[in-house]
Amino acid sequence: MDSVISLIQAAVVFGTVIMFGCIGEIMSEKAGNLNLGVPGIMYIGAIASLASVFMYESHVAEPNKAVCVIIALVSCFAASALAGLIYSFLTITLRANQNVTGLTLTIFGSGIANFFGGSLNKMAGGVGQISVANTSEAFRARIPGLSSLGAFGKIFFSYGFMVYVAIILAILVNYFLKRTRKGLNLRAVGENPATADAAGVNVTKYKYFATVIGAGISGLGGVYYVMDYIKGTWANDGTIEKLGWLAVALVIFATWKSVNAIWGAYLFGILYWAYFYIPNLTRASQELFKMIPYVVTIIVLLFVSLRKKKENQAPAHLGLSYFREER
Amino acid sequence: METNYAVEMKNVTKTFGSTVANNNVSLTIKKGEILSLLGENGSGKTTIMNMLAGIYFPDSGQIYINGKEESIRSPKDAYDLGIGMIHQHFKLVDIFSATENVILGQEGKERLNKKAVAARIREICDKYGFDVDPDKKVYNMSVSEKQTLEIVKVIYRGADILILDEPTAVLTPQETEKLFTVIRNMRAAGKAIVIITHKLHEVLSISDRVTILRKGEYVGTVDTKDANEMILTEMMVGKKVELNIDRKEPENTVKRLEVKNLSCYNKEGRLALDNISFTANAGEILGIAGISGCGEKELLESIAGLQKTARGSVIFNDPESGQEIELIGKNPKAIKNLGIALSFVPEDRLGMGLVGSMGMIENMMLRDYNKEGVIFLNKSKPKQVAEAIKEELGVVTPSINTPVSRLSGGNVQKVLVGREISSAPAVLMTAYAVRGLDINTSYSIYNLLNKQKENGVAVLYVGEDLDVLLALCDRILVLCGGKMSGIVDARTTTKEEVGLMMTSIRKGDTKDE
Repeated sequence: MDSVISLIQAAVVFGTVIMFGCIGEIMSEKAGNLNLGVPGIMYIGAIASLASVFMYESHVAEPNKAVCVIIALVSCFAASALAGLIYSFLTITLRANQNVTGLTLTIFGSGIANFFGGSLNKMAGGVGQISVANTSEAFRARIPGLSSLGAFGKIFFSYGFMVYVAIILAILVNYFLKRTRKGLNLRAVGENPATADAAGVNVTKYKYFATVIGAGISGLGGVYYVMDYIKGTWANDGTIEKLGWLAVALVIFATWKSVNAIWGAYLFGILYWAYFYIPNLTRASQELFKMIPYVVTIIVLLFVSLRKKKENQAPAHLGLSYFREER
Repeated sequence: METNYAVEMKNVTKTFGSTVANNNVSLTIKKGEILSLLGENGSGKTTIMNMLAGIYFPDSGQIYINGKEESIRSPKDAYDLGIGMIHQHFKLVDIFSATENVILGQEGKERLNKKAVAARIREICDKYGFDVDPDKKVYNMSVSEKQTLEIVKVIYRGADILILDEPTAVLTPQETEKLFTVIRNMRAAGKAIVIITHKLHEVLSISDRVTILRKGEYVGTVDTKDANEMILTEMMVGKKVELNIDRKEPENTVKRLEVKNLSCYNKEGRLALDNISFTANAGEILGIAGISGCGEKELLESIAGLQKTARGSVIFNDPESGQEIELIGKNPKAIKNLGIALSFVPEDRLGMGLVGSMGMIENMMLRDYNKEGVIFLNKSKPKQVAEAIKEELGVVTPSINTPVSRLSGGNVQKVLVGREISSAPAVLMTAYAVRGLDINTSYSIYNLLNKQKENGVAVLYVGEDLDVLLALCDRILVLCGGKMSGIVDARTTTKEEVGLMMTSIRKGDTKDE
């Protein structure tokens, strides 16, 4: 029983990282922009928040936890959105190839983050490991009382606030896309920009809006990763990139619906950590188990394609740039 | 300024790169009238209207709406001025319902109220006599339903100036008549309506005035009551054109292709062809009539070996060996080598048969590059073919090496049809060979087909224009929803009879609609 609970806990924490990445990517893809820069954006968001909080914590005698959280979130969102802006400018205004631009952004993001991460570790001195304990504590703070409700409390309330933010965000984005005027316009831009344009929707504006905000949301996965998942430290081990790709896979798994990303993310978490709870696995067979989320994504893709239900397919104009006067 | 003009365009010019699409064009549209905009392909009809609809922005010139000079920078500006355009290629989002398509891009309360919009759609439908189901997804709609939805969409937005780009291209005669009734209703309601077309009889039957463009320039405007087909064609083409199809009696006809009880399923698993049997003779043009999607595509592809069949057989009488050869089960290449050519002009002309980024020469080579040379390509013969097609069909292109995607739609089609004819086939199957082509080129293609027929080729011609089918073909096979409605003699049948057979199986069979 205990191991089941701890598997679920690990899965929720893991899932939250990729859920943020996925929700942001859904926003962007619904507007027709296939942003493969998600891992890079998560890296940039993570390092921006870590660096700003580190500056704050090391210059103030008694750091205020609320201020720490705000600084972390704002700097992360701003840096990620800026990365999204670069991507938008290249792919929307200059109409560069989306896949190439996205991959480049991932390489750029991981490079810059690991460079500054290493420098921060050095600046932190001591054992050569940066730690922003105050902020991390604030991110990991639980609701008092609720987490001691036995198994129930452990499964549902033993997490930091970002876990719940992710769920709320998934529901809000779903509501926005399905029930609001702007959401409808945004989906039309991803499906058929010429139609949206002829209907008076400003295609460029919507694409920028969706990609930049989407990148900001994706970046939050990065801040959650450093502040909660690895408890306010930094490691140049490439984990964020791995998680970033899973976030992109999760978009397909969720068939471009952010509410599906909620359970999908946790399922990915369970599948990812399952090896840890299966006894007598060798190192090699562990790696096979870590493959499962990707295999599941392929299977889902297979079923979705076979069923041919149009609503479950990728936006029709995904990955293509739009130019009104094209002949 | 007289205010009974809904639209006045003065000296409008638009260029794309080095191509001048519109040069110094001026025209007027009155309130409560139907204006036809007539011209050949590439004459700039659609371009000039796109400037009114805000898709393109003119390089120079003025546009007056209701007597006031306006600058229309985007489709939204156009809507605000009450201008709505129904494009040739429908501007609808496939996975949206009719309601969602109608509210797309509209201002209003942030939260969507689909019920209220659906109610308003029903109201418009009642007023003008449309038939639209607000909850139906666009991908489930027929072409005619999509078009109706487009019209409802612009009316919902309060358009007073409606532009319809080739609205009848994909409709049956009955659907066209219904559309015209609706358009007349709208004229009676005081709206200004522009119809872009190159079908002369439609121009004469629906419009009040006709404005003619030629090669991007304004030629003139005539009142429809003073016009006839000859005058209009002359203005359009700039010279007298012989509008007769020289149909000879079929000579020495021999059985070439015998289709027996052919059935097949399409990709969605629906029965696309149901028990089709007919014979195609050498030295004869067999027309195939039907609404788009009635199985004409599957029929031609089955014969060409591109479509898996469920039942039936296709027997080919080889003129060289005199043997009877079963085509079902053979691969497309083997069938092609027997001399069976298929040119299918799909809605998206580049989608099937041509590679957009290649020039004419390379596209000629696609058909039989493997006949000569094992490693290196031999370009001299395809080059001759390309030159010949350019010359004969008058393909307008800077060079035969220019990527075909840069050519206008009609020119792309000439390349496609020309290539198939140049392969000197025994059976020539062509679908929508003149779709979107101007009158002049259409007639040169008809004549080419007739020449093929005289040379003893069995020609299968799938066409949209019933007038042409009646004038060109010897016999017409009519399809309806994958079933055969019958074969009629093109010389004795009437348009109405064929139109009726296209929409319903004879002997009281009803169609599920």
